[in-house]
Amino acid sequence: MTHWPLDKFHGGIHPPENKSQSNQGNIQYPPLPKRLIVPVLQHAGQPAEPCVEIGNYVYKGQLIAQNMTAISASVHAPSSGTVTAIGPAPYPHQSGEPYLAIEIHTDGLDLWQEPTPEINPSTLTSAEIFHIIQQSGIVGLGGAGFPTAIKLSGKIMSGIDSLIINGTECEPYITADDLLMRERADKILAGVDILVQLTRPKNVLIATEDNKPEALASMQAALGSRAYQVVSIPTLYPSGGERQLIKILTGQEVPSGSLPIDLGIICQNVGTAEAIYNAVVLGRPLISRVTTLTGTALKQPMNVECLLGTPIEELLEFAGLDKQQLSKVIVGGPMMGFSLGNLAAPVIKTTNCLIAGTAQEFPSPEAALPCIRCGECEQVCPSNLLPQQLLFFAMGEQHEQLKAYNLPDCIECGACAYVCSSKIPLVQYYRAAKADIRQHEQKMAKAEHAKQRYELRQERLRLEEEQKAAERQARNERLARVKAAQEQAAKQEAQQAQSTGSISDDELKHLKIAASMAQVALRKAEKQLALHDTEALQTQVASLKDAAKQAQDALAAAQAQLAQSWATSSPAAAPDEALKKAKIQLAMRRAAVKKAEKAETDEASLNSLRQALQQAQQQLEQLNQTHAKASSTENTSTEQKTAAVPISDAMKKAKIELAMRRAALKKAEKAGASADELTQLQLALSEAEKNLAQVSSPNNPG
Amino acid sequence: MTLILTAVAVLSLLSLVFGALLGFAAVRFRVEGNPIVEQINAILPQTQCGQCGYPGCRPYAEAIAAGDKINKCPPGGEATIQALADLLDVEPEPLDAAEGEKTPVVAYIREEECIGCTKCIQACPVDAILGSSRQMHTVISSECTGCDLCVEPCPVDCIEMRPIETDLRSWKWQQPARQYQIIASDKEALE
Repeated sequence: MTHWPLDKFHGGIHPPENKSQSNQGNIQYPPLPKRLIVPVLQHAGQPAEPCVEIGNYVYKGQLIAQNMTAISASVHAPSSGTVTAIGPAPYPHQSGEPYLAIEIHTDGLDLWQEPTPEINPSTLTSAEIFHIIQQSGIVGLGGAGFPTAIKLSGKIMSGIDSLIINGTECEPYITADDLLMRERADKILAGVDILVQLTRPKNVLIATEDNKPEALASMQAALGSRAYQVVSIPTLYPSGGERQLIKILTGQEVPSGSLPIDLGIICQNVGTAEAIYNAVVLGRPLISRVTTLTGTALKQPMNVECLLGTPIEELLEFAGLDKQQLSKVIVGGPMMGFSLGNLAAPVIKTTNCLIAGTAQEFPSPEAALPCIRCGECEQVCPSNLLPQQLLFFAMGEQHEQLKAYNLPDCIECGACAYVCSSKIPLVQYYRAAKADIRQHEQKMAKAEHAKQRYELRQERLRLEEEQKAAERQARNERLARVKAAQEQAAKQEAQQAQSTGSISDDELKHLKIAASMAQVALRKAEKQLALHDTEALQTQVASLKDAAKQAQDALAAAQAQLAQSWATSSPAAAPDEALKKAKIQLAMRRAAVKKAEKAETDEASLNSLRQALQQAQQQLEQLNQTHAKASSTENTSTEQKTAAVPISDAMKKAKIELAMRRAALKKAEKAGASADELTQLQLALSEAEKNLAQVSSPNNPG
Repeated sequence: MTLILTAVAVLSLLSLVFGALLGFAAVRFRVEGNPIVEQINAILPQTQCGQCGYPGCRPYAEAIAAGDKINKCPPGGEATIQALADLLDVEPEPLDAAEGEKTPVVAYIREEECIGCTKCIQACPVDAILGSSRQMHTVISSECTGCDLCVEPCPVDCIEMRPIETDLRSWKWQQPARQYQIIASDKEALE
């Protein structure tokens, strides 16, 4: 058999125990309170979500707030009654701020919903046990309140090395676990049996300090044939700390940043073991706990089994509170607890002790003196830290240095402050620094998150913009292609017009408009001049006159050019008109010839007339010929009609094909086909045109 | 004479070799962009609010790297200025903002007044506003950086900035009041 303790941790102190005041009697049962304030956050982690409404009747043990995340615990009604309020209520916290709670007015019946038969845990599978523990809202009852189900999940499925049941209760004043072990050793051990069934540990250690001989004896007596080790370790604060206890019992040190489970060790409080028994065997969720009521302001210090949600003031009055004597109420132990601001706050799952202290018992702290670097704090630190270095870094808010000196490993046990010869409240510095670091880290995480979201948004906007630009470009390209095609056609026309030295109708129109506008402007200016005869107006009128004249000249020149172009027969520019003119000329000449013939004019003049007629005929033919060519591009049918050419079948076919090709080309242009496709279509079109020209040319006169 | 020539030859050879090495390293291990910009950007609070006069935190980080002042970030406040001063080894300056350091806020849309114009959604730099055209909008407060860029575009003024609610979970310990910062003779010298 191994001899315990195996090892000892660094440092530790021996503060006055003050346990004898409260561990004399049995666990008492205070009367059922009229009003229960049940906060939805009674543990470390996320709050539970209320699942009852105001006015609902709830039975004892009924679920009233559900755990929504893994690191959370459900909350159950501690007694039967009516829900009267759900909202902020006094809460036992160092800040003194209220927190969301469900208020129940008890009906005094203390009714369970339905009687559940006792269950033999050996008939349950591990998964079923785990589920019950999770649903029963069980958290570590030693004081930290970490949800038990989380501790029992994950790596334990493959079995663990050691299961440690912590009954050391090292902090002064507190005797709740002591009394629990004395009175309910069988229940605790039954709870341990369930934990053993769940975790299959190689060895089970039940540890208590040697200042609790009755508890030790009771546990050993209840042990029976179980192969568990009940170990008594020397009294030393803080040997009840999880890491310190592991060091004492196994000699192993839990590395910084890892958990006991990484070494195959699970640590559970004795109270938690009893709660597991209640939940699994009796089917009762965690709705009450054993709490120590002590302090010199109480007439009868004691331990009570109290319902969660019982107002602290009622409990203290049950223990005989002397309000005149009361200086402050401390929740938890004197080393790690906090002083309570509002006595209306309720007992929650983590409330293991309430100390109603007098002014003599807890004098207000002396003024802190400068650190003299005596090194006492380093001697007692159970985490092997350098408290004075940490103090200076905390005062300077040097977060990097604090982390480098392992501030996160500080368990805030208060041993350093206890021995400090300068009475420096060291732990408060560390708590503030830890909170600052945590806040800063949260801020950085939020900034990083915001940055990611911002960058993702920018990326999304950029992609959208790119897509839009691409669409715009495609549209523009399509338009440009259409425009280019149109321009090319216009250019061809213009070239044809230029080659024959003609002016288009449009240009003529423009010139006409310009001329008339110049005239109007001139007239206006002249009117102005008539009204006010100024030099400026005169010069203006003169210049306008010039401009009007110029415009007139340009128009006249253009008209002359147009006339000339008709005269010199420029068919391509304005083919229809030219053709018409030529025809008219021909008809006139013909008429003149006929007239002359009728009038029996002399041969010479008749000849000249005939010559003119012939000329006109030739001109018309020429025009028709060019038209036949032009017909391949536009207005085929009309031109063909004017040419009065019978349309053969071949020609029809060729024309139909041409029209089809043209339609295809237009369609392609509209649809924004690629340049390759368009050129191909254009090629096909010109081929069709050629075809048509070939078919139609032999039929053309001349 | 040969000695001198040998020395010159050896030195030239060495300088050539090292020059080639340096040239290679300059190309091979070239750093893209200015690495200090990343570090500055990591310190800035990433609210993307533009109160510094730049369109976002990164542009301001680039401006700081190029020599701009470090005291133009109201959301970051003194802590950011201090961190920037430490990083860049310059003197911290008081915050350059009319209203001074603001308490952290989140945007809140009075939903019954919202007409669903989507203008605030387009203004939000971190996509923290949810809604669609002619539908009520709302702010995802956990994603809101409190930049207040959504307040101005709202045509019906239904957006307000509310201070972030604190409860005991966000409560933190304060450092104890200190009475002994300096030794007596120093105190006298100050007075």
